[in-house]
Amino acid sequence: MSIELKDVNHIANLARIDISPAEAQAALAQLTNIFALIEEMQTVDTTGVEPMSHGIEVNQRLREDRVTETDQREANQASAPQVEAGLYLVPKVIE
Amino acid sequence: MAGRKDWEVVIGLETHTQLTTASKIFSGASTAFGAAPNTQASVVDLALPGVLPVLNKGAVDCAIKFGLAVGSHIAEKSIFARKNYFYPDLPKGYQISQFEIPVVQGGSLTIQVGSGQEAVSKTVRLTRAHLEEDAGKSLHEDFAGMSGIDLNRAGTPLLEIVSEPDMRSSAEAVAYAKSLHSLVMWLGICDGNMQEGSFRCDANVSVRKKGATEYGTRREIKNLNSFRFLEKAIETEIDWQIETLEDGGKIRQATVLYDPDKNETREMRSKEDAMDYRYFPDPDLLPLAVSAEMVAAIRASMPELPEAMCARFMAQYGLSAYDAGVLTGSHALADYFSATLAAGAADAKTAANWILGDLSGRLNEADIGAAAAPVTPALLAGLIKRIADGTLSSKLAKEVFAAMWAGEGDADRIIEAKGLRQISDSGAIEKIVDEVLAANPKSVEEFRAGREKAFNALVGQVMKASKGKANPAQVNDILKRKLG
Amino acid sequence: MQNASLKQLSAALAAKQISSVELTRLFLDRIKALNGDLNAFITVDEGFSLAQAKAADARLAAGTADPLTGIPIAHKDIFVTRGMRTTCASKMLENYVSPYDAHVIEQFSAAGTVTLGKTNMDEFAMGSSNETSYFGKVKNPWAREAVPGGSSGGAAASLAARMAPAATGTDTGGSIRQPAALCGVSGLKPTYGTVSRFGMIAFASSLDQGGPMAKSAEDLGLLLNVMTGFDPRDSTSLERDKEDYTRDLDRPLQGLRIGLPKEHFGEGLGADVAKAIEAALTEFKKLGAIIVDISLPNGRLSVPAYYVIAPAEASSNLSRFDGVRYGHRAPEYGDLMDMYKKSRAQGFGAEVKRRILIGTYVLSHGYYDAYYLKAQKLRRLIAQDFKAAFEQCDLILGPTSPSVAFDIGAKAADPVQMYLNDIYTIAANLAGLPAMSIPCGFGNHGRPVGLHIVGNYFTEARMLGAAHQYQQATDWHTHQPQGI
Repeated sequence: MSIELKDVNHIANLARIDISPAEAQAALAQLTNIFALIEEMQTVDTTGVEPMSHGIEVNQRLREDRVTETDQREANQASAPQVEAGLYLVPKVIE
Repeated sequence: MAGRKDWEVVIGLETHTQLTTASKIFSGASTAFGAAPNTQASVVDLALPGVLPVLNKGAVDCAIKFGLAVGSHIAEKSIFARKNYFYPDLPKGYQISQFEIPVVQGGSLTIQVGSGQEAVSKTVRLTRAHLEEDAGKSLHEDFAGMSGIDLNRAGTPLLEIVSEPDMRSSAEAVAYAKSLHSLVMWLGICDGNMQEGSFRCDANVSVRKKGATEYGTRREIKNLNSFRFLEKAIETEIDWQIETLEDGGKIRQATVLYDPDKNETREMRSKEDAMDYRYFPDPDLLPLAVSAEMVAAIRASMPELPEAMCARFMAQYGLSAYDAGVLTGSHALADYFSATLAAGAADAKTAANWILGDLSGRLNEADIGAAAAPVTPALLAGLIKRIADGTLSSKLAKEVFAAMWAGEGDADRIIEAKGLRQISDSGAIEKIVDEVLAANPKSVEEFRAGREKAFNALVGQVMKASKGKANPAQVNDILKRKLG
Repeated sequence: MQNASLKQLSAALAAKQISSVELTRLFLDRIKALNGDLNAFITVDEGFSLAQAKAADARLAAGTADPLTGIPIAHKDIFVTRGMRTTCASKMLENYVSPYDAHVIEQFSAAGTVTLGKTNMDEFAMGSSNETSYFGKVKNPWAREAVPGGSSGGAAASLAARMAPAATGTDTGGSIRQPAALCGVSGLKPTYGTVSRFGMIAFASSLDQGGPMAKSAEDLGLLLNVMTGFDPRDSTSLERDKEDYTRDLDRPLQGLRIGLPKEHFGEGLGADVAKAIEAALTEFKKLGAIIVDISLPNGRLSVPAYYVIAPAEASSNLSRFDGVRYGHRAPEYGDLMDMYKKSRAQGFGAEVKRRILIGTYVLSHGYYDAYYLKAQKLRRLIAQDFKAAFEQCDLILGPTSPSVAFDIGAKAADPVQMYLNDIYTIAANLAGLPAMSIPCGFGNHGRPVGLHIVGNYFTEARMLGAAHQYQQATDWHTHQPQGI
């Protein structure tokens, strides 16, 4: 599969990362190489093979429904860029 | 309103129900409503670097309960998936949900559309129900061009219930929503508080020419949190779609919001921004295994379901479908009815009438639930007993009920205090009848002349003279006898 | 003292030959002398460390010490620590201080060790040369113009330069083992699920594992005893009985079956590395091991599969870095979208952005089946290869890296060249198997060569035993760079 400049810009938008035209151009070249590497996967027939998501074959452990966390707002917000009245501030969200 | 006779409406509902667990679905923070901003958002809910989700058993139990109640298949293994998108109230930049393999698959809900004797039964199929986490909240006021983000709600467990597009009118959609609302509260898995956002509906609406087999393009109306808005939004959307199509336009798939002030639906996101959620199984979570034992344990702990209880009330007590249906509409009301019978009310139909009539009327007026009624099941049973044993006439019973509601004591006390004991002593009644006959010769003459109405007038006089306490049946008999 | 093993240090502390404060000061002084050049540490806080050392001394005096109490440990700057920033070598987290400690940090704290500092690494653990750190490259103590390997380059360099007696690292595709090999030290990645990932900033969730790095297999065993253990906050953490990873150190190797994958000794492997590996195998034969030829036919797909799965998971894991609740927020921006895009563009380095783009792409609409799903299927084939191989052998040996440490900048231009460094190490991450690297000689330019050992699930003790026996019969692991 070949990737084009418009794809690079589209993905960068999906990933919410600004890239300049120059960066997009450079990324295109590098990504093209990387995708050539990835194409090797298609040389193996995987019909009937179950996908594997973890090395371990275990099921999800269930936690008892209990409140175990107390109010740690001050500690948790110590690294916040902008906070007011306990709320995180961001540019206005338009629906 | 656009002419609809050539068009068929197709509606499917997606309902987000907040589950009544104490803690969040993936963290141990509290889910209690109304706390100060970000005081119930743990490091996991805030998506700080390095945190991980762990699944709450309570949320799984709620999902299983729901699945059993709607006759669905409970998946032995289901998978949590990440739904990736950026929004300030979504701390991780993805929502943990279930995509390809949800925990509840299929099922159905039978609803009553219309009321009273005209009610029609309809079965709405469910596609699935899955577990996911709720997002936080954005507050738009007071921050000088900025929004304030509160993540207390982030991580609250949701059960998203998806129906098949089986509904054909806004009435059906509302009936379905109300039925679902009732059910989740009945099961105790959701508190149903729509103002607080516990129960939110998205309606997928499309139209097609009658007889067409293909579905039309649908638009999704998001976040309707009242039955009234649900109805109005659907209606306005139907009108708009039909008008658009009849004018030769095309419907473009979109997500819309309902504006209640303007009573219109308005596009939220344009086609270009159509979200690519890049779903993939969440590698921080393992497959959810639900064993037969787990399901059996939940089944054993479940209350009798409204449908079963309704059928039982009809069979056991001879109640009409409608009456049984209303009584089993809420757990509280059904419990009240059962308690009234248990407290000694011998006639179920009488009990049902009082509950569906006087009691419900006052409950609605006072905006309280059956459990909070000043007239308890025991008090009502006592009242019904006194009617049954002839102490109290049905007419005066209403007065006694009102007094009980006002806290004046039990039936016996009130009857005594107000001197409302029914007069059943034939001698006493005869005396009163004689007095009335003597005092109303004109009515006697008219009756003898063949006017039936005169008889009722005389009965009325006897009741008046006895202050309503004379046993009406006996009054009838004695009057008839004396008039010959 | 700086060359002493952990066992020796522990004995010295117990015998009061040295105090924890003195020992910690010793290493802090070495850091002061060498870090300006080598750049192995991002953060050092003498006051913080010495306070912990003091507390350790109190425990030693009270006789309540654990085996590693009082010993300073260098932690990879990916484990969150209260009281000391955690940067993940990124501008995104340049000033981030976590309100909670990683599980691994809590374990070391409970054991009474001292946090010596946070070591440098490739940004967000993405890299094999420690050239992508926002805080500058790390130099290989063996050759200042060479890379130390990555992503745990700082940890490996700190050990080689005797700036720390022990260190923690993380390994997603070889990030403990490869830098260990390039710096002539020992490092182990345990079976997936053995070390809790809570508080270990996530790169690729299904592949990441934290593990120990030190100068010998025996030291690794002692560190592993502290690092492992069930953590209920990590859903992928396994509930297992506690084990002593040093229990098999003295077990003889007679009859040990060593598998050699024929695919690992062909094209791409440097002749100098091959020579050192052959010599190591000869030693193992002398110790009584039997060499068995095995095949891992799908191993060649491990690099492409990894470079789909890891970036995919990473792209999602890194979405939380959006400038809203912590981390870098652009100093100037317009609307919300602008804030996201600028904050992330400024906060992330080039390699991180590249991997986010790859990951976003392979998960995007239409590509999921061909890429992510395909890679997960290949993963299963790779795991099955190992399963078959382990029926014929107990351990699989080979080279850790195809070459010795390359020069700084030599592979920076073409990412694919960099990715191919991981060719021998990645498969163990995909399968979740334990794997380690120990020094086994020198190659071109006198730079160290590492021997790679892969074991079956949960056989760390056996692996450490084999490595220990080898390290008793040879002295490669005692070599240190000149002039250090």
